[in-house]
Amino acid sequence: MAQTLTARVWREQPQRYRMIANRDRETGRVYFPPRLAAPGNLEAEFEEVQLSGRGTVATFTVIRVAPTPYADLAPYALALVETEEGAKLMCQITDVDPEQVEIGMPVEFEFRRLFDDNEASVIYYGYKAVPV
Amino acid sequence: MRDVAVIGIGMTKFGELWEKSYRDLFVEAAKAAMLDSGADNLDSMYVGCMSGGLFVGQEHIGSLMADYLGVAPIPATRVESACASGGASLRAAFIEVASGISDIVLAGGVEKMTDVDGGMATYALATAADAEYEGFHGATFPGLYAMIANAHMHKYGTTPEMLAHVAVKNHDNGSLNPYAQFPAKISVDAVLNSVMVADPLHILDCSPVTDGAAAVVLAPLEIAAKLNAKPIRILSTGMATDSIALHDREEITHLNAVSVATTRALEMAGLTIGDIDFAEVHDCFTIAELCVLEAMGVYQPGKAGPAAMRGETARDGSLPVNPSGGLKSKGHPVGATGIAQAYEIVKQLRGEAENGRQLKDVKRAIAQNMGGSGGSSVVTVFEA
Repeated sequence: MAQTLTARVWREQPQRYRMIANRDRETGRVYFPPRLAAPGNLEAEFEEVQLSGRGTVATFTVIRVAPTPYADLAPYALALVETEEGAKLMCQITDVDPEQVEIGMPVEFEFRRLFDDNEASVIYYGYKAVPV
Repeated sequence: MRDVAVIGIGMTKFGELWEKSYRDLFVEAAKAAMLDSGADNLDSMYVGCMSGGLFVGQEHIGSLMADYLGVAPIPATRVESACASGGASLRAAFIEVASGISDIVLAGGVEKMTDVDGGMATYALATAADAEYEGFHGATFPGLYAMIANAHMHKYGTTPEMLAHVAVKNHDNGSLNPYAQFPAKISVDAVLNSVMVADPLHILDCSPVTDGAAAVVLAPLEIAAKLNAKPIRILSTGMATDSIALHDREEITHLNAVSVATTRALEMAGLTIGDIDFAEVHDCFTIAELCVLEAMGVYQPGKAGPAAMRGETARDGSLPVNPSGGLKSKGHPVGATGIAQAYEIVKQLRGEAENGRQLKDVKRAIAQNMGGSGGSSVVTVFEA
């Protein structure tokens, strides 16, 4: 993965490290990652929201053929998790046999090591989910 | 707006073509389309290509291909909409001819995917998803469609056997296509026992990594009739977008871009889906063919799997789907795929499909090409 720029790593920290989303004040819909415009409304006003860190598995798969940075980790469970706030996000489910993951399973997010980029000597951290 | 017709078609064999360069692939297909058309010059051209940059380290593809086709200084534009780049190239050419700005316009597509290793190809393809919020967490394209498949199974009771029937049918069709990358016939058991890539998708649920190119030449109908004995009309085009990431979809199993693009194309043509005799659709994974047919309105949600089991989408079924073998058997050089769909449709509507895969009494067809996990889709309607 060619995501080796220092500025990019820094810019993405609010989402990767603290799960900062935003909420459309009018509709109440929560967006993760945060958006500057809502569908059909360029003038939507947003407020910052920190996701609670809890959600349920909406769908999932077990990745057995992984992209290069995650090659050593395969097989791993990857899921779409619907958060308590109603936003969905994609993340790995860890600390569980990937075969045991199910749709509807309650999970909590944790701060974890994701992968390292040997070329840039950067270790990437972010969120993964674990079964409750 | 002027009526538009296809007057020439060409394509390379699809496969792992180590002996052929990126530019030579395109020129081979474009030359064949030009020679087939009866036209001796082009006014303009479009080249669909997803990622020359990541696959071969080359951008500025319009210039490169016009140069090597020997048609410079005509205008030439590279068009990109991930795996729907070919369909978007066809749409751009159609609009240019229909508008009256140009008369003879080539729409091509090309991808050279086997100069990089598997990890790099997986990475390059994954850039068609949300790189920051899907790819970053280890998503692959089989993985994204596997999540759609699991959701579809959970909601509608779709089974791995239903998915396997899509692969078996498309390989059966592809076995009759001389350009197909994997023309071997396969069985349901072979699909179900093949290695798992991303549960529940096996390797034989997935389209391959492919080198190849395809091209078609368009002209206004009145000129087409003078140049070519069997011009095939393009009645309409529809394109639509959806959220690039799965996480922003209201309903993961519904491909809204496909639905909207189909509605637009059918309305423009003044037709309904029931007026269509056969379809070439974007079966990058077996589950994709089912979700696409449901989004196009051919089947109600959840009904495409049982229909595949009953053989309704086979060559002798009520709506033949992917008589070419589809992406699954024919191969999926991503930028070329949308044009290769048009190639098969024109062959069929001319009555020239090889090896006994010619469909009987077909007059109208629809092509559906898709980018990413459904973030974009282009739909085109053709009539003999």
